[in-house]
Amino acid sequence: MLRHTKAIVAALACAMLSTAALAEGTLDKVKSQGFITIANRDASIPFSYYDNNQKPIGYAMDLCMKVVDAVKKKLNMPKLEVRYQLVTSANRIPLIANGTADIECGSTTNNLERQQQVDFGYTYFVTGNRWISKKSAHLKALQDLKGKTVVSTAGTSNLKEITEVNNKDNLGMSIISANGHPEAFQMVETGRAAAFVMDDILLYSLQASSRNPKDFEISSVELSLQPYGMMMRKNDPEFKKLVNDTLAHVYKSGEINKIYDKWFLKKIPPKGINLNVPMSAALKKVIAHPTDSGDEKDYK
Amino acid sequence: MGGFDWEVIRTSLPYLFKVGMTFTITLTVLAMAGGIVFGTLLAMMRLAHFRPLSMLAGGYVNLMRSMPLVLVIFWFYFLVPFIGAWILREPRPIPVGTFYSALITFTMFEAAYYCEIMRAGIQSIPRGQVWSAYALGLDYWRAMGHIVLPQAFRNMIPVLLTQTLILFQDTSLVYVISATDFLGAASKIANRDYRLVEMYSFVAVVYFVISFGLSLAVRRLQARIAVVR
Amino acid sequence: MYYHWNWGILFAQEPGGTGTYLHYLIVGLGWTLATALAAWAIALVLGGVIGTLRTTNHPWIVRLGNGYVELFRNIPLLVQMFLWYFVVPELLPKGVGDWIKQMPPPWGSYVPAVLCLGLYTSIRVAEQTKAGIQSLPRGQRLAGTAMGLTQLQTYRYVILPQSFRIMLPPLTSEFMNVIKNSSVALTIGLLELTGRAKSMQEFSFQVFESFAAATVIYMLTNLVVVLGMRWLERKVRVPGLIAAGTAPQVAH
Repeated sequence: MLRHTKAIVAALACAMLSTAALAEGTLDKVKSQGFITIANRDASIPFSYYDNNQKPIGYAMDLCMKVVDAVKKKLNMPKLEVRYQLVTSANRIPLIANGTADIECGSTTNNLERQQQVDFGYTYFVTGNRWISKKSAHLKALQDLKGKTVVSTAGTSNLKEITEVNNKDNLGMSIISANGHPEAFQMVETGRAAAFVMDDILLYSLQASSRNPKDFEISSVELSLQPYGMMMRKNDPEFKKLVNDTLAHVYKSGEINKIYDKWFLKKIPPKGINLNVPMSAALKKVIAHPTDSGDEKDYK
Repeated sequence: MGGFDWEVIRTSLPYLFKVGMTFTITLTVLAMAGGIVFGTLLAMMRLAHFRPLSMLAGGYVNLMRSMPLVLVIFWFYFLVPFIGAWILREPRPIPVGTFYSALITFTMFEAAYYCEIMRAGIQSIPRGQVWSAYALGLDYWRAMGHIVLPQAFRNMIPVLLTQTLILFQDTSLVYVISATDFLGAASKIANRDYRLVEMYSFVAVVYFVISFGLSLAVRRLQARIAVVR
Repeated sequence: MYYHWNWGILFAQEPGGTGTYLHYLIVGLGWTLATALAAWAIALVLGGVIGTLRTTNHPWIVRLGNGYVELFRNIPLLVQMFLWYFVVPELLPKGVGDWIKQMPPPWGSYVPAVLCLGLYTSIRVAEQTKAGIQSLPRGQRLAGTAMGLTQLQTYRYVILPQSFRIMLPPLTSEFMNVIKNSSVALTIGLLELTGRAKSMQEFSFQVFESFAAATVIYMLTNLVVVLGMRWLERKVRVPGLIAAGTAPQVAH
């Protein structure tokens, strides 16, 4: 009751001080607008993607809905409208920073560099940066990629990392930046690129839903760890606390296991494929001790 | 490569036209309307005797015409939320969806081109018309609104429509901000189902049919207007 | 305004290790100009030929020329770009198609971009060539025949030199259009100036600095091209030759 009063007073104060240069919290913005905007992806399977009716679904979307429920409760707005804003790897950070969306629930890596622009909630998945290539190409070690054409998706931490590794280790790779994950995978399928560097879970789902999954293999070499977190605007402690409290509750109560099973161990739309990826040790660790660290070392 | 997969085109037709083509056509029509209105305003500013006004309009038109449309699309996409906040005196950038960002972009961009067309149109009206209007006691706005602009507009209809056809084709560039226009929708299907050849060929054919058909109609219209004059 | 300004980003090192971000953008300008010039060369040759052919007396050649122009004019440039990049390699025999797809970047994107842009621009050059030739008084052609020149010689010595000088102003804006249209190639992976500005924004998160730098570079290029063309016009001017008035510039 007291919390609601605080929120209402804060919202009223912000409405009256609309010319103030102070940054307005997300909760106040949602309250005054009457809707919350979620940034979703169209092809980050199984985190945030479109089903056959172009509705956004996924593991991250389910967790996002829990956050929306918490917002509804906190602002006492049970009929809060939920709007969706489709984003890509390239524009997700600017669109959160400029207020087009309030929270991003997809497959966004939390790292220290990005924390200069946006804030992240508790990590909800840990994956690694690997590559997928045709089995016939035998690209097992990083040195095998020397001089080859490699593709990654625009705006991802993976693209940045492979560019830096290419420079540091003098691998002489030609690096292509694709508009999205399916486009990048297409390049490997059609032979334009030898390897597609991306988070292994996304590679796994692309392989599983491709026409000939057996033709491809994902590298055992892991270039770095990629913890996923929900993105939100910086300097907004109230909203961040709400997000983290919600996730902590989902983790502690064990509900997370049901949600995980639904997307990783059962058949998922649209093609009814079962990814069959058991929870990794790193993710179990994060669930037991939630963290929003952007430092790779904290996940090993 | 095997046979041409007609199935994928058939099954995606509803999505392509209900979502994609609707976006494209709505964007074209609204941007044309807004662009012509704003462009006419700019043309009047450029022809004004008040130097700062004509220089401002001239500067705007030259700026828009020296930048690639792709770059302008990016600019407005990232800038509009901030500008909106500044205009509405909001403390935070206001959310603007992809469609409205594209609409603002194309309206502002095409206005520069419509401006030049309307300027030529206004200048083609004999000065005698303007002087007679003033002699009859009409002020500047009435003279423009009742005498000059209607004639200028009618003279320029074929050129304006041709520019709109170009606008129609240019809307495909919203691809760079991942909007779901006709091409964007086809692209999503193409990449999801690995059917690049079928989808992109289909898009090319549809654009050709619509564009060519409309350009024939404009030519017929041009012939008819010429006869009336 | 909630934005973290950092103009110094232009002097920071870009992740690929090739130098500063500013250097990265300027190399992009190099690619823009390389694409534009190659496409322009193709457009001038092809467009000049087709435009000239459309003014001849043979009905079938004129119809062919018209068909060519209508085809490339009614399909958006971006769609044509996709056709060249994605569809053409699949339609060619497997060996040729695979060889094209194996072309390392940036050539894999450069070649289709140049071909696409060249053919697209050639129709505009064809239109302007036709307009330039047809703006000459009929007497020129008749005088050529009267002097005993063949149709080819008439074109070569009488018509084309004059129409070239008439066409020079519209050709200037056409070249600027080619430079602007080259930005569409970023969708097939060519890292020209706008593509690099987008890339810089994605790596550094500094949206306004990246695009502002690219805009300034485009405007400076615009200035240089306009001044250069004006110099060219002055150099080839024939005193006494009256240039035809130009219609309002419709397209871009």
